[in-house]
Amino acid sequence: MHSPPPAARPAVSWLFRMAWRDSRRSRARLLLFMASIVLGIAALVGINSFGDNLARSINDQARELLGADLVLSANQPFARTLEPRLRGLGVARVQEVAFASLVEFRPGRGVRLAQVRARSGGFFYGDWETEPRSAAQQFGRAGTAPGALVDDVLLTQFGAKVGDSVQVGRIILPITGRVLKTPGQSGFASAVAPTVFIPQALVVGTGLVQRGSRVQYRRSYQFAPGTDVDAVVKTLQVQLDQADIDADTVAGRQKQVGRSFADLTRYLSLVAFVALLLGCVGVASAVNLYVREKLAAVAVLRCLGASGRQALLIYLIQTAGLGLVGAVLGAALGAAVQSVLPRVLGDFLPVAITMSVSWPAVLMGLATGLLMAVLFALLPLLSIRRVSPLRVLRVAFEDDTSAPDPIRGVVLGVIGLFILGFAYNQTHSWKLTLGFGAGLLVAFAALAGMGRLLMWLVRRFFPAGWGYVWRQGLANLYRPQNQTLTLVTSVGLGTFLLATLFLTQALLLGRVQLASQGSQANLVLFDIQSEQLAGVKSLLTSQQLPVLLQVPIVTMRLTAINGRSTTALKKDTTTGIPPWVLSREYRVTYRDSLNASEKLLQGTAPTRGPDGTPLISVESGYLERAKLKLGDTLDFNVQGAPLRTIVGGTRELDRSRVEPSFLVVFPAGVLEQAPQFHVLLTRTSTTAALATVQQNLVQQFPNVSAIDLGLILSTVEDILGKISFVVRFMAGFSILTGLLVLSSSVVISRYQRVRESVLLRTLGASRQQILRITLVEYGLLGLLASLAGIGLAVLAAWALAIWVFEVGFGPAVLPLLGLAALVTALTAGIGLFNSRDVLRRSPLEVLRAEG
Amino acid sequence: MSILRVDNLTKTYASAGHELTVLQAVSFELQPADTFAIVGPSGSGKTTLLGLCAGLDRATSGSVWLNGIQLDNLSEDQRAAVRNQHVGFIFQNFQLLPTLTALENVLVPLELRGQRGAAKTALALLDRVGLADRAQHYPAQLSGGEQQRVSLARAFANRPALLFADEPTGNLDPDTSERVVSLLFDLNREAGTTLVLVTHDLDLAARTQRTLRLRGGAVLADYANIAHAQPNA
Ligand SMILES: Nc1ncnc2c1ncn2[C@@H]1O[C@H](COP(=O)(O)OP(=O)(O)O)[C@@H](O)[C@H]1O
Ligand SMILES: [Mg+2]
Repeated sequence: MHSPPPAARPAVSWLFRMAWRDSRRSRARLLLFMASIVLGIAALVGINSFGDNLARSINDQARELLGADLVLSANQPFARTLEPRLRGLGVARVQEVAFASLVEFRPGRGVRLAQVRARSGGFFYGDWETEPRSAAQQFGRAGTAPGALVDDVLLTQFGAKVGDSVQVGRIILPITGRVLKTPGQSGFASAVAPTVFIPQALVVGTGLVQRGSRVQYRRSYQFAPGTDVDAVVKTLQVQLDQADIDADTVAGRQKQVGRSFADLTRYLSLVAFVALLLGCVGVASAVNLYVREKLAAVAVLRCLGASGRQALLIYLIQTAGLGLVGAVLGAALGAAVQSVLPRVLGDFLPVAITMSVSWPAVLMGLATGLLMAVLFALLPLLSIRRVSPLRVLRVAFEDDTSAPDPIRGVVLGVIGLFILGFAYNQTHSWKLTLGFGAGLLVAFAALAGMGRLLMWLVRRFFPAGWGYVWRQGLANLYRPQNQTLTLVTSVGLGTFLLATLFLTQALLLGRVQLASQGSQANLVLFDIQSEQLAGVKSLLTSQQLPVLLQVPIVTMRLTAINGRSTTALKKDTTTGIPPWVLSREYRVTYRDSLNASEKLLQGTAPTRGPDGTPLISVESGYLERAKLKLGDTLDFNVQGAPLRTIVGGTRELDRSRVEPSFLVVFPAGVLEQAPQFHVLLTRTSTTAALATVQQNLVQQFPNVSAIDLGLILSTVEDILGKISFVVRFMAGFSILTGLLVLSSSVVISRYQRVRESVLLRTLGASRQQILRITLVEYGLLGLLASLAGIGLAVLAAWALAIWVFEVGFGPAVLPLLGLAALVTALTAGIGLFNSRDVLRRSPLEVLRAEG
Repeated sequence: MSILRVDNLTKTYASAGHELTVLQAVSFELQPADTFAIVGPSGSGKTTLLGLCAGLDRATSGSVWLNGIQLDNLSEDQRAAVRNQHVGFIFQNFQLLPTLTALENVLVPLELRGQRGAAKTALALLDRVGLADRAQHYPAQLSGGEQQRVSLARAFANRPALLFADEPTGNLDPDTSERVVSLLFDLNREAGTTLVLVTHDLDLAARTQRTLRLRGGAVLADYANIAHAQPNA
């Protein structure tokens, strides 16, 4: 008796040859499957390549970002004892005093809070771009007449120009230049805090630098080329720490700026990854249909002696080859996308970006896209191994699908691991990674669940009494080889992303807008000295403006927690107390009660203990992060005087109210004699009143600052608009991918549709009827997908509103309905457009081709 | 030694709760170069029997020895190897791969074995069935008769010991059928292949040496054909 022969062992090249030959008749169609991944890969390559370029540009331009080799900064004037050491540093020095103040554009053009930077000279490195150019070169130079350089944003806002004058505190200066670009300052930063540069010598004359004012003192140094600045700083470190002086070097700035932008591009690449995933779902469903079409061919191959593995490999090679083509197309498109990104992100960038193709990003995108596409394609392809050769004898033979395929589980596991790995690589945080994975899972499961539910409902409650067109269109949703699940998932996910963006943006804006509504304050006056308080109040009263709230503020520093000095605590890394808790300047107020926006959580409101020790109230989040508990002692240094306190209670703050909020509140009767300043809140009903009061303030109390909340609101709106544009740009890839998946699903199912519609037409259905059947089917799919996506988005936004922003939530229904209508129309439109071929051909032509 | 031995073969399907026996205790034995017809009305189990003999399916009970190899306990992939080495097929609906040219279709069993000079062998076979000039055409560009001749060339490509044909003329008109059938018998004689032919056409069955008659899955008769001496009578 013979033993069975060994399995046929064709050359590996035969598999490739077969894959190539077999694809011949359907290459264009196969390419369409892969088109789904093109946009995802393009987005991924684009954003990562852009990120690489940005990182490189930041590295190249870090010195220009800092404008010097070393910048020292402190919240108080530099200690005299340090001067001998500091004087010897570097080859050139520039001093700066920076503070916020109201500035007035004269004559009578307006008043606004600006960042005043009084400097003894320009910047050592980087472009300080002014109009005229000479203004920057002459600035601070001995012998030139003093003048102010003013940010373009400010001049534009007030319609002022070079040659006008600006009042800063008690002095009036001619505007000698318009500042277009400042080293280290993005367009974004100057929109939030536009700057006025004045010569440093004039700072005393402004009268703005007084006790209690918030002032930054900075010194910029230039070193001889080749100096190891970080080594120099190291020798000074102890003295600088003692004097509370921060040192900023080029290397440090490089790291800090680089890191924050790396974070930004990483999160954007997660958005791109979602587009890729969506595309892969499209690939899987397209390949699924393709495999069904190929079952007969596979059965013949099996009959002729090919093993299951060989048959699988032939089609795997085919899809991988096309995946590679798709990935290359995507990478090429990505290289084009990255050149658009600087324009999209322009205002956020601190440096000019030089663009070049980043090959690591391209390779990474190629590999990711190809691997994902192949893994997803493998899910349907695996069933090829189980195709029975008996199919050659019986067309309707059902394959053995009884036992679940363990390899399918393995592939799903690999996909899951890959997604988590990718997310971790981007976020470097397990919490975010798991959140991302869980979010995806929930979104996909919910949408797929909706798809299934729809099929079940239509079948269960089939409206047998309805017209023929409706019945046929509805039946198409659940008949064999339907694409209800794929389409609901892909179109739904795209809609979900869009709607979530829209809702969160509205949520953020709504939160800010709360501030400008009703009887809430819209003008905040601060830095009011005690002796000015009566004067400022009567100024408000004379203009019939209410004093909504008056708050005294005392600044102090923390010196010890439970008797352990902050210096010791800073060195002990095991405490887990963040450094800012130990080194920040505390701005505290005092009163004996909590106000309406505060809620007592534990202990008592601020009060004094039996022995007179102040029992302070701390904010609940602060209590947690500073690792405090009730009864702990905190030692403060109140501008020279030591003061011991005990944590007596914690409060929770309602942050949506416009009120100054405090980490620490003292009881009354302790700080009254300490140096302090005051904040007043008022409300002006017209912009004219607002302008008048600001103008009067500048004239009578130049050191008092005023924040116009309306202006802040519009700035925030502007910034949010820009951010959401960036995110929308990235999410656009997902939406386009959804539409591509939709298109390719329709085209792929066309072959089956042709036969069917021809049959219907031979049986007497008109083109009109077939058109309407298609319309019903895709219209319903689009409607369900968009409603499911929007529903998910509303849930997500609601969760954000309740748990993150802590505001009420009432989504704008009309725009959402508009979005649903748009998506439905698009889906139905694409369905019809891609089916036109089915209708155009005559029944006879099709029957002949099919025979 | 027999080339095909079928012993007490039974096939049942469990459908809708009850058992359906489509083949009941069928046994026969063929010697090399025998020609053998399985006849019977539609639904009598002919195709089922052919599928079992060729190792496309597994029997419920009973055994099949093909060229001395017992098929019953082989895995699907092992049976695929047996088919590739020893078996050729002809189907009613031709079963050419629509995406491959005529030549490439004939090449498949050869290339699958990794055989050298496959193209030459395949072209010679196409020439033998009179389609050398259609080598680069796709199945859709060929008539039914031409497609069946390509599938004949493919069936003989790997010089099989056994050829299974399921209603090879079922989709063809009488004239075309005649041409395909004489080619089939000629090729079979030249190669000394054992032929198992399933048909409901008794005239066609009469051109083989021996006929097995099935009804309702059971053997009704198994007899030698007297007429077979004069195939063209
Ligand atoms: N997978 C199956 N499940 C149940 N019954 C089947 C299956 N395949 C075939 N049959 C039945 O087996 C019987 C024999 O079929 P078949 O071998 O195709 O007959 P023939 O080829 O002689 O026309 C038929 O009654 C058919 O309905
Ligand atoms: Mg049959």
